[in-house]
Amino acid sequence: MTGSLAAIGYGLAAIGPGIGVGIIFGNGVQAIARNPEAYPIIRTNMMLGFVFTEALALIGIALGFVWAG
Amino acid sequence: MTAALTPLASEEFQAPGLGLFDWPPLVEGVAWFNKPALLALITMLLAIVLAYAAFSRPKLVPKGVQNLGEMAYEFAREQIARPFLGKDSDRWMPLIFSLFIFVLIANLFGSVIFIQFPFMSIIGYPAILAIGVFLLVTYLGIKHQGPVGYFKNMMFPPGLPKWIYVLVAPIEFISTFILRHVTHALRLFATMMAGHLILALFSEVGWHFLFVNLTPAGAIVGVLGVAMTIVMTAFELFIQALQAYVFALLTAMFISTSLHAEH
Repeated sequence: MTGSLAAIGYGLAAIGPGIGVGIIFGNGVQAIARNPEAYPIIRTNMMLGFVFTEALALIGIALGFVWAG
Repeated sequence: MTAALTPLASEEFQAPGLGLFDWPPLVEGVAWFNKPALLALITMLLAIVLAYAAFSRPKLVPKGVQNLGEMAYEFAREQIARPFLGKDSDRWMPLIFSLFIFVLIANLFGSVIFIQFPFMSIIGYPAILAIGVFLLVTYLGIKHQGPVGYFKNMMFPPGLPKWIYVLVAPIEFISTFILRHVTHALRLFATMMAGHLILALFSEVGWHFLFVNLTPAGAIVGVLGVAMTIVMTAFELFIQALQAYVFALLTAMFISTSLHAEH
C-alpha cells in the first residue's frame, strides 16, 4: 500500500471544523429565521465565526504539505 | 491481449502535486520574475487603473466604470468597514477598499482562462499583506491604548476570576498577537492553493482518461473529471470572492480591536 499519511491526517483534521461550520451556519440560519431584521449583523458575525473555524482545517491542509515530504 | 491493455509506465495517471507552484523565471537570469510576480504586477496596475477610471472624474449620474467602482466601494463600506469601524470607517476605507480590490482581482486570476493561477497560492504574497496589517494594527494599538494598555487589554480581559488569568493571559497573547495574523495569511494562501490543486486534479483526470489513455471504462471517469472541473470552477469563483471579502473583513476587525479596547 502506498500513499501519504498526511491525507489521513487531513481527513482527521477536517472533522472538527466540519462540525463547527455546520453548527455556525445552522444556528445562523435559525437566528435569521427568528429575527430577519437582524440579517446584516447576523451574516457578518456568521462569516467571522466561519472563517475562524475554517482556519483550523486550512492549517491542516498546509501542515499536510509541510510534512508530506 | 493483456499486454495491449496494460498502460505503459509513462501513461499511468499522475496526480498533480506541488510542482504546480514552482514557476521558472520568465526572463533568463532574473530569478524573482516568474509568472506569479508578473501577475502581482498586473493586479496592482489593474487595481490602480480601475480606481482611477472609476473615481478620477466622478459624475453626479454615474455611468460605465464609475457605476462598477461605486458598487464595489459601497459594498466594501457597508458590508466590511461599517459593522466594525462605525463612524471611523470613512477614514479606513482607502486601505480596506484597496486590500479588497487587490485580493479580489488576484484571486479571480485563478479562474481567468489561459491565466488560471491565483498567485495568492504562494505563501509569500498573502504573507506580505498580513505582515503589513500586523504592523499597522500593532502600531495603532500602541498609539491608541498606550504600550502597556494595549497588552494589558489584550491579555487581561476584565471580569474573570483572578486565578484564571494564569491560563487566559498566555492564550490570549498567542492567539491575538501571533495566531490571528498567521491564520490571516494562511487562510488566503491555503484556500487558493487547495482550490488550484483540486481544479488541476480534476482537469488532469479529464485530460488523462479522455485524451492520453482512452478506454471504455476510463471514459466515464474522464467525463466525470471534466464535469467536476466545471462545477469546481463555479465553486472556486464563489470561494475567491468570499476570501477577498473575508480578508478585508478581518483587516477591519483587527483595526477596530486596536482602536478600542474590548469591554
